[in-house]
Parts: sequence; structure tokens; C-alpha cells
Amino acid sequence: MIQFVLLISRQGKVRLTKWYSPYTQKERSKVIRELSGVILTRGPKLCNFVEWRGHKVVYKRYASLYFCMGIDQEDNELEVLEIIHHYVEILDRYFGSVSELRPWFIVCELDLIFNFHKYNAAYYALDELLIAGELQESSKKTVARLIAAQDSLVEAAKEQASSLSNIISQATK
Amino acid sequence: MASPSLMDSLFQRSLDDIIKGLRHQQSTESTFISKVIEEIRREIKTTDLQTKSTALQKLTYLNSIHSIDMSWASFHAIECISSPAFAHKKIGYLAISQSFNESTPVILLISNQLRKDLNSGNEFEVNLALDCLSRIGTVDLCRDLTSEVFTLMSTSKVFVRKKAVGVVFRLFEKYPDAVRVCFKRLVESLESSDSQILSAVVGVFCELASKDPRSYLPLAPEFYRILVGSRNNWVLIKVLKIFANLAPLEPRLAKRVVEPICDHLRKTGAKSMVFECIRTVATSFTEYESAVKLAAVKIREFLLEDDPNLKYLGLHGLSIMAPKHLWAVLENKDIVIQSLSDEDPNIKLESLCLLMAMVSESNVVEICRVLVNYALKSDLEFCNEILGSILSTCCQNVYEIITDFDWYVSLLGEMSRIPHCQKGEEIENQLIDIGMRVKDVRPELVRVGHHLLIDPALLGNPYLHRMLSAAAWVCGEYVEFSGNPVELLEALLQPRTSLLPSSIRTVYMQSAFKVLFFCVCTYIEQKEDMTLEVSDLTSKGECSESSDLASAKAPVECDQDEGFNPRNSSQSYEDPSVVNGGPGHVSTSAFMEEKSFTRESIVKLVNLMELSMCPLSGSYDVEIQERARNALGFIELVKQDILSRLLRKEANSESEDVCASKIVEWLHDAFYEELGPVSITAQERVLIPDELVLKQNLADLEAICGNVELTSSCSFSLRSPYYGESAGVSFSNHQVEEDSEPSTEATSLLTEHRRRHELYYLPSEKNETITTANDYAPATITIANDYPPANYLSSGINTNDDSQDLVTLTNQSLLPKRKPNYAKPRPVVVKLDEGDAAPVTAKKPEVKDDLLSGAIRDILNEAKSASSQSNPSDKSSIKKKGKEKLNVDLSDSKEDLAVREQPNPENPSSRRSKHRGHGKEKSKKSQEKKDGAGREDGGEKGKQKSRNRNGKHKTRQRADAPSNVAAQTPAIPDFLL
Repeated sequence: MIQFVLLISRQGKVRLTKWYSPYTQKERSKVIRELSGVILTRGPKLCNFVEWRGHKVVYKRYASLYFCMGIDQEDNELEVLEIIHHYVEILDRYFGSVSELRPWFIVCELDLIFNFHKYNAAYYALDELLIAGELQESSKKTVARLIAAQDSLVEAAKEQASSLSNIISQATK
Repeated sequence: MASPSLMDSLFQRSLDDIIKGLRHQQSTESTFISKVIEEIRREIKTTDLQTKSTALQKLTYLNSIHSIDMSWASFHAIECISSPAFAHKKIGYLAISQSFNESTPVILLISNQLRKDLNSGNEFEVNLALDCLSRIGTVDLCRDLTSEVFTLMSTSKVFVRKKAVGVVFRLFEKYPDAVRVCFKRLVESLESSDSQILSAVVGVFCELASKDPRSYLPLAPEFYRILVGSRNNWVLIKVLKIFANLAPLEPRLAKRVVEPICDHLRKTGAKSMVFECIRTVATSFTEYESAVKLAAVKIREFLLEDDPNLKYLGLHGLSIMAPKHLWAVLENKDIVIQSLSDEDPNIKLESLCLLMAMVSESNVVEICRVLVNYALKSDLEFCNEILGSILSTCCQNVYEIITDFDWYVSLLGEMSRIPHCQKGEEIENQLIDIGMRVKDVRPELVRVGHHLLIDPALLGNPYLHRMLSAAAWVCGEYVEFSGNPVELLEALLQPRTSLLPSSIRTVYMQSAFKVLFFCVCTYIEQKEDMTLEVSDLTSKGECSESSDLASAKAPVECDQDEGFNPRNSSQSYEDPSVVNGGPGHVSTSAFMEEKSFTRESIVKLVNLMELSMCPLSGSYDVEIQERARNALGFIELVKQDILSRLLRKEANSESEDVCASKIVEWLHDAFYEELGPVSITAQERVLIPDELVLKQNLADLEAICGNVELTSSCSFSLRSPYYGESAGVSFSNHQVEEDSEPSTEATSLLTEHRRRHELYYLPSEKNETITTANDYAPATITIANDYPPANYLSSGINTNDDSQDLVTLTNQSLLPKRKPNYAKPRPVVVKLDEGDAAPVTAKKPEVKDDLLSGAIRDILNEAKSASSQSNPSDKSSIKKKGKEKLNVDLSDSKEDLAVREQPNPENPSSRRSKHRGHGKEKSKKSQEKKDGAGREDGGEKGKQKSRNRNGKHKTRQRADAPSNVAAQTPAIPDFLL
């Protein structure tokens, strides 16, 4: 199963972390620190797998972002690469639909950083894609639809919350 | 209350603001963050959920990206999920799944909220709760929520259902009793037509089966159906993984499955699928030659690709295959060797592994030559990888593949000289290990060690210090093979040894002492030979005389050798050069020419030693100090004598000679005994003599031994004990001696120590100890009492007659073994039967898994009893099929078991009828199923079916039977086939 998912920028800044196995905060920082050191120094023409402290880590760079997934020894590296690619396409589709249309490889950190609830969308997309460290939804369309549906729920709630009447009712409570 | 809340919600920073702020304030990031955290701490306390959730969202972001602690906010996260608004819930759940763990105190509080959300009409709320449960589920949560998840597993909403299926894995893992509730429904889901659900459920079984495959054998038919029927690669990869786990348990299943797997391997275009097939075949279907061949072809295709990923995986696949099908590796030898110079370190490592897998007795020399040359050119990291793998490969099974030890020892020396070498510790172990195990190689060992010691450059590399200490020890221990002891002594005393850490310096000093002693010994022996045998000779100049002597002595020595077993000659100190000689003594006569010492050279040596030791006798390190003083004491005793001889020249009075000889004799007794490897378990095999009274409570001893062990780890505490030192018997020795045979705790302590230092431990040949343990019992017990403390200088143990007898005996029994039979024989390598490998304690499966598989077996049994009441034949609805098949399976296997447990020959008819009934039922069912799946081709129908049935049959037995029953050959009546 997939142990963790990390998104790291080319400069070594962490953009997203998700842990499917119990790691303490300390272990998390250590994994991030050491792993980014290993992965960022690898040249472009090398293979996408790293053996690291008994873990296998599959990573792939898209634009300026490294997508890394830590997996078990017996997991299929190529399958995980496909999952990563899948995830990137889902993100692309999502961000492409919320902002202007653009090719997927520009789904770079800017999107992840500047869209705040859309930033969380990267998490939710991951939640739709994987559960308990296993792939559970292989249809991009379905994932996109699910995220969109949840987005609209959130938007509705937000509008309601930020409406003038709501603020007044709160203030005069 | 209201106004701050209003202010907060109006002017609160959003997550957007924070991200921008972080972006623009790079320089003072930490201050900015701490300011934001302060705000968050304030905002999060508000009663307004909107403000609270925004604060939580910001905190979650900071936690995930900047590793800011958020455990303090766990209660606020719970407040957020209890909000009616979906947006708040969502933020709250994200925070919880990110920050909660087993030890979060408030985790119990979310149980109710999770239940509420799992029962919610809003599918997205259900979704959030399921996600959260899959991440943080604890034993309690899983127990409380099992029934909710169970309900959701049959919901009509596919997207909720598949998540519920995914969560089941967590439930089983944490709360095995959930199996009773959910397992049937999980199995039913295998029949689902929806690919999403199928994917999820196969994923769950894949994880379960990787932990405890045996329990899932009964489900093999279902997986088989998916394997041949599914077109979804995601699913197929997981099914392949399941079969990789199941197949080794059931040969018939493997036979059935191997063909479809090969089909996939031939047809599929997806590389991930190809690789999964290759791996499955290479791990679990190794005995199916055609499948392995096919996989090897595919691997070759991978290797020829430019894509580094495929290349890496191809090599990886080869290394999985290597242990059983080395030919696959040999076929691709060229590519493997090419990959050694690939730019990718991972590929280099894999190819190195493969190269080492190809090493055999015949090619080890060439491969190592190539690799060492390559290591010279590689970077530090890979160089050490190469050296490490050479070292570990060559020492496997007590140097199984090495025939030419002279070559190997010089290779070790060569490896030490590679500038990047950091494997000093490993080389150290092997140098000493080989020295002890292989007698024939000692001269070469000493020669190599000598060269290493002389090189002052090596002293500057701290990684090599351990190796140097081994070289020093070897040279000291086997100094009689040294061609040039004088130079050796100079090397051991060179000023640059001050660079060594004190623990290794002491080894150097001790070795220097041994070398000096050896020189003095040889010298005195020359003198005596002269006085005894050539006393009529008038000595004009020592120089000419001693060279005469040397030549005259050679034949004499040979005589002696024939008379003595070399190692038997322990009492005759006059022949020290042969004492430790063993078969190597052939070369000693060659050495003798150079080894003859003049008075001047001896005096020079003694002076050199004295000069180097004097400053060290005031060292702060007690070890160094003590050894220096020992050496000085010896010099004190000997010097007088030698000097007086020098003066006396011709007047050799007997009485004065005796003084020097006595000292040398004593010391010689201390040094003569040879160290050999001892089995870890040797002590345990020794019978305790009846008359021995054991002191029961040895707690005090434990404390002492504990200390001793601690100190021992840093130096070799391996010398045979000193004779002359016996005045200073240390407290611990007294203790041990008084206690005679240590009782259980002490024995375990000793065994522990022995385990750690087994190689260096005691003299004696192990094989003999085993076969005739009784004969050696007394001697070995003495040895046990002589438990050598860490610092051998302080150990004053009597080498009593018993142990000498033992050595004699051992030597005699060793003799026949040493006879070389062929032209260039492999030297004898002393092996301890099972003692060389540390005892491997069978790894017990985790309790959790035990519980889980136990629960699964239970549920299967329960199903059986249920089905035995209901009528198994009323299976009309397709939906129920899976479940019932399971039931039937179980009842059958139970019956089977019952029959087998009481093998009653009078009752064959009932047994047969049962089986027959079952067979019919089964065939009916499998027909139904196959037809449903529509994948049966008419011709083979019957045959395949029956085989399938058969497989299932046995499968079931295996799964339910306890291991002892499973071990029996399953008695499947042939008439079923």
C-alpha cells in the first residue's frame, strides 16, 4: 500500500503531505528532509525509483513539482507511477476547470499555493483517488465530478455564512 | 462576547492571505508564522464556527507544509465536524485525519459524530466520515462503527459503497472481530459487476492476503474468475499479487493459474502489468519452466529499452529470479556488466547485486579482480558498495566459494589500500576469522599484514584503523611466519601509531610484545642449540657462528618435527618457531636464514622496544600503560641476561643461562596455546559432572560479568591467559573459580559472551567437542571457568593440565583431516556446524494478525455450522451464490477433517458418499458459475472443471486444518477426477 504522498517543489519546499501510515510529527519532518535531499539531487535521466531506508519511493517530476509516493517493497513501481500520473491529470482537469484552460503541465505550485480552498482540493482529490493507501477510483471523470459536487456544497455554505444578514444576526446575537 | 467575534470574522486573515504573506516575507518566515499562530490561537476559541473553521484551516495548512504542531487544536477540530455546515465539517475532517493518532486524548469524542455522519443522508458527509475513519480508526472507533460500515457496504450509492469496502481493511486490522460482521458481505462484493467496487475489494484482499495468505485460499476460485475475466489492469495487478501469495501454499492452484498468467504476460501491452506478471512468476511460479522462460524473455525486452525505469525493473526482476534460475542472469550477463557503469546509482546497485549472484568458485577471482579495479575508479559511495558486496559474498557459508586463500588474503590487502575504502571493520573481521580458520594461509596472512602495517599512509585513514588492528594482531599471533620480524617490530612501533585510538594502540603494543618475545626466544634457542650440540665449536664471531648454526639447525628441526606433532610440542619450549606452525612449518626452515639473530640485533630490538614503551608507561590510558609496563618488565628481565652474554662471550656458565631460559619458558607457556573458533552452543553440550555443586544464586556474578562484557567489546580479549601473571589474579576470576561451574544465569551470560566473540573465544576444535562431549567435559568446564575477562593482561588463569590434555587430544584428532589429497587442495577451513550462523529465532507473526486470521477462520467455521442447518441445495438467487459456496466449502472441509482425524477403514462408504455428494454439488455449481462467466470452451470443460474442483477441495482443507493436519498428504479420492 501507499505509505505517504509528498509534493515537493524543485527548491525543496513542501507543497503537500499526506500520510497513510502512522508517522509522528518528528518522523514526518525527517522523511521530508531526507527524502527531498535524495530526490532533488537526482538527475533527469535516472529512473524514478529510490530505495530509501527500506522504503521504496516512486517519484516523478511534473513542471517544477516532484510528486513522491512511498510504497511497500512488494508494490508495483510502474503502477504507482501511473497513479501519480493519474493524480496529476485529475489536478489538471480540476484546476483547468476552475481557472482558465491550460495544459496539464502547468499545474504547478502556483495553483496549489494560491487557490486556498482549491489548494485543499488537491487533498480532496487525493482522498477520492486513494483510500487507506489503495487506489480506489480509477476514473478521472468521476473524481472530478465528486470534487466539483463537494465544492458547490462548500460554496453554498460559504455564501450563506458571509451573507450580510448572517453577519448581522451574529452581531446582534 | 459578540463584538470581538464580529471583528474576528470581518477582519480574519484567510488562508489565501497567509500564503501570500509567506510568499512575500521570505526572510522572516518564522516570525510571520509565529504571529499567524498567535492569531489562530485567538480565533480558534471563538464561538463562531466560520471563524473557527478558517483558523483551523490555516493551522492545517501550516502543519502540513511547515510542520507546525497542531495537536493542541484537536478539540477545536471536533467542534468543527459537529457543525451542520458541510464546509466546516470538511475542514474539520481534514484536520482530524491529518493530526489525530492513537494517543490523541480526545479521539473518543468523535465516535458519536462519526456515527451520525456515517448515517447521514448526505452522501458527501458519509464520504468524509469514511475517509476519516480509514485514516485514524482506532480499536475503539472500529469496534463502535463496525455496524455502520457494514450497512454502508450494501448501499446503492456506488461511490460510498466502494469507500466502505476500502475502510473494511482498517476495521479488520484494528478490530478483528469485525470479520464476523463484514466478511460475508466483502466476499459477496467480489461478485460485483461494478469495476470500482471490484477494484476496492480486490485491494482489500490483496492487503489481507499479503499478511496471512493461508486464510484466503478458499476464495481462490473467485480470484481465478477475476483473473481470467477482468479487463481492468488495476484490478488484475492486485489479483496477481494475491496469487503470488497463494500459489506457494497450494501446488495445484499454481498449476491451474500459471497458464492464465502467461496469457496475460503475452497479450498485455501495459508495462506495469507485464512487470507484475514477471514478478509473480519469478517469486511464486519458479518451478514452471515455460513460464519462467517467458518471463526471462520479457525481462530481456525491459533490459533492452532505453527507459531507465524499465531497465531498473528488468534488473530487479533478474535479481528476484537469480536464486533459482541463475541461467536467466547469465543470459543477460553483458547487459548486467554494462549497467555497472550506468549513470543511475540505483541501476548500478542492482547490477552489482546480480554480478555477485553470478559469482561462483570458478569465476570469483576474475569477477573480484574486475570489481576491485572498477572500485578504484568509482566514487566513494559506490566504491564502498562494491567492496561491501565482495566482502559479504566471499565470506558466505564460511568462505564457501574461496579455494585460493592466499589470493583472497592479498585481495583483502589490496582492498584496504583503495583510497575510498571505508570497510575497515569488515576486513578486520575477515582477517582474523581467516587466520583462525585456515591454517595454511597464515604465512600469506602475515605477509599481507606486514605490508599493511609498514605503510604509514594507512594510519592516517580512520576508517582503516580497525583493519590495521587486525593486521597487527595477526602479525603478532602468527609471527613465526614472518620473514622479517625486525621490520615488523619497527612497523608496530612507528611514531605514527600515535594516530591510532587507544583501544587499537594496545593491540599494536601487545603484538609488538609478541614479536619481541619471539625474537628473543629464537635467539636464546640458537644459543642453546649451540651450547648443546656444537659446544665444541670455538666461537670467534657471533655473526659467522650463528649463520653456521642456522644452517646446521635446519635438519635438526626437521627431525624434531617428525617426532612431534607440531602443536603437541607445547612443553618443549626450545622449539617455539614450530609450536604454532601446523602445516606451515615447511616454510619455517626458509625463514630461519633471516631469522637468526645476532646479539647486536637483539639488543637493538630490545632497546627500540624500551625506547618506545618508556613514554607510554606514563599514559593516561590504563590499557596502554599496563601493556607498556608489561613490556618494560619483560625487557628488564631479559636485557640483563642478554647483555651479560654479550660481555661474557665464551664463558657460558650454565647457571646464568637458566635465568633467561626460565623466563622465556614461562612466557612461552603463556603464548603457545592457539586460539580456535568455538561453536556458540559448545558450552550447552557439555554435561555437568555429578559431583559438581553449583551455587544457585549468582546475581553477584552477573553484575561483574556485565561489566566485563562492556569493556570487552572494544578490544580482542582473546589471548590465552598469562602464566606469569598469576600473582595478580583478578577478583572476577576468583569469583568465577569459586563458583566452579556457573549455574543457569551465569551460563546464559557466558553463552551470550561467547555468541558475541565466538570466533575469538577458546582453543579447541569444535567438531570433536560435539562428537565426544563427555571426554572433554572436564576440560571444557575449566575453560568455562577461565572465562576470559576483557583485558587479558589482568587475567591470571591457570592453564592447568586438563586443558593441555584437551589441546593434545584435539590436535591428535585433527591430524587425519589435514592430509591433502589432491594437487592444489582447498585448505582446511575450520567450520562449526551450526555455530557459525547466529541462531535464527523464528519470527512469530504479530498478535494482531493472529487474531485476524483466527477471526477469519472462526467466521468460516460459523458459516459452516449455519449452512449445515439450512439446506445447502436451495441456492436459487445468483446473489447469494458466493456466500453459500463458501458455506458449502466449509462444511465439506469440516467433514473431511473429521474423517481424517479418525482414519477409520471400516467406514469408507460413508466417506465416499459424502465426497461424491459434494462432488456433484460442486460440479453443478461450478458449471453454473462458468456458464455465467461465459468463459468455458467446450472441449476441455469436464477436465478443467474437475481439476478446478480438486484444487478447491484441497485448498479448503488446508485453510481450515491446523498445520499438522495440513502437513499430511491430502487424501483426495481419485474417483473424483
